[in-house]
Amino acid sequence: MTSKNTYDVAIAGGGIVGAACAAECAAAGLSVVVVEPGPVGGGATAAGMGHIVVMDDSPAQIALTLYSRTLWIELSPELPADVEYLPCGTMWVAADEEEMAEVRRKKALLDGIAVRAEVLDSRQLAEAEPHLRPGLAGALLVNDDSVVYPPCAARFLLERAQAHGAVLRVGGRVVELTAQGIKLADGTVLAAGIIVNATGAWAPELTPGIQVRKRKGHLLITDRYPGFVRAVLIELGYLKSAHSTTADSVAFNAQPRRTGQVLIGSSRQFGAEHAGIDTHMLRRMLQRAEEYMPGLRDLIAIRTWTGFRAATPDKLPLIGPVPGNERLYLATGHEGLGITTSLATGKLVADQILGRTSAIPFAPYLPGRRQEEHAHG
Amino acid sequence: MADTVSLSVNGARVTVPDGAMVSAAVALAGVSGFRKSVTGEPRGPLCGMGICFECRVTIDDRPHCRSCQIPCQEGMEVLTDR
Repeated sequence: MTSKNTYDVAIAGGGIVGAACAAECAAAGLSVVVVEPGPVGGGATAAGMGHIVVMDDSPAQIALTLYSRTLWIELSPELPADVEYLPCGTMWVAADEEEMAEVRRKKALLDGIAVRAEVLDSRQLAEAEPHLRPGLAGALLVNDDSVVYPPCAARFLLERAQAHGAVLRVGGRVVELTAQGIKLADGTVLAAGIIVNATGAWAPELTPGIQVRKRKGHLLITDRYPGFVRAVLIELGYLKSAHSTTADSVAFNAQPRRTGQVLIGSSRQFGAEHAGIDTHMLRRMLQRAEEYMPGLRDLIAIRTWTGFRAATPDKLPLIGPVPGNERLYLATGHEGLGITTSLATGKLVADQILGRTSAIPFAPYLPGRRQEEHAHG
Repeated sequence: MADTVSLSVNGARVTVPDGAMVSAAVALAGVSGFRKSVTGEPRGPLCGMGICFECRVTIDDRPHCRSCQIPCQEGMEVLTDR
């Protein structure tokens, strides 16, 4: 079957989403080929923080992130050491009483869906994260959120797919998705019954007209300071800044790695097409971080970089067939949640291809849905 | 000005000529593994001129100090990765 270059499923993109789709389809017995210009997970996957988090922007986002987090927890005993699975929890940090009201709202919501979380007051937060500035109002700790090292997680998922017979073509550049399959730059056509566009922010180049835009982000990583940050720390002001669908924004986000390194984010920009560092955004991002953690300025940064999230107007990914073409699937538009939602995406793609019942309804993520600009309420 | 300074390396008292770098004091203390790599391998001064970052130690509770670039001072407390 592979020698004839004919497959059940051909996937463009070997990031974590393409890898998860490949792993699910191959495990279900489908013949699969994945084309990645390389290296594996070298796009937004490697640029991301690797935070696995339940997000409650909309009911559909809760359903997808919670389902996917459950899948990560189930998978965690099998993850190799270099995936650096760290079940450290998420600490939503409230600066003032207004944000504490948001802490209580989130706590009630999470209680309602049986997600473990604890409300911390000002003193408890200072004990839990001693490097935060004094005088913060409190926090919500979502205990079972976690962190992985995304490129190794993508490689692990692809290895699982390969163990079930999937073929990985690294170095191949996809130039066209045709009625027959995937056409590569060297003229090779990989024929397939189902084609999956999992090329993240670049998906519109292969499937013109879809509502995916590049949303640039910056990150910085420090040398090793074990224990400096214990949970993934995010300011609740993030909910105001990150959900603005127009203006450039920054928010305080600090995350531990198993190595003791600290990842510092985050920034969001539309309309920035070049991959270089925008020093004004990096400066704003670090100033915001230092407001929350003054001690950060004494740490040594070893690298900064950027990446492009694949953003959609309603903040939900595109998972499923393109309207009018039941053989062309999209698996993109995951914005800043692609590591979290990759595993659920793989399940939903395989479920739809095979006509299986899915664990959560897939309709909210179908590319043909009516999309409205989502403003955070 | 005194001709020598005394400092502590992993708790042991070391006396060095004034102007000696911390890396020299660590070496005089008989320590060859200044720090550990991310996989736990011992590392020590390689370039001696502040470029390779292999000689990092903790000085007075401040981690990741390049010992080859910092002159010893009286009473300094130096810790290596052990």
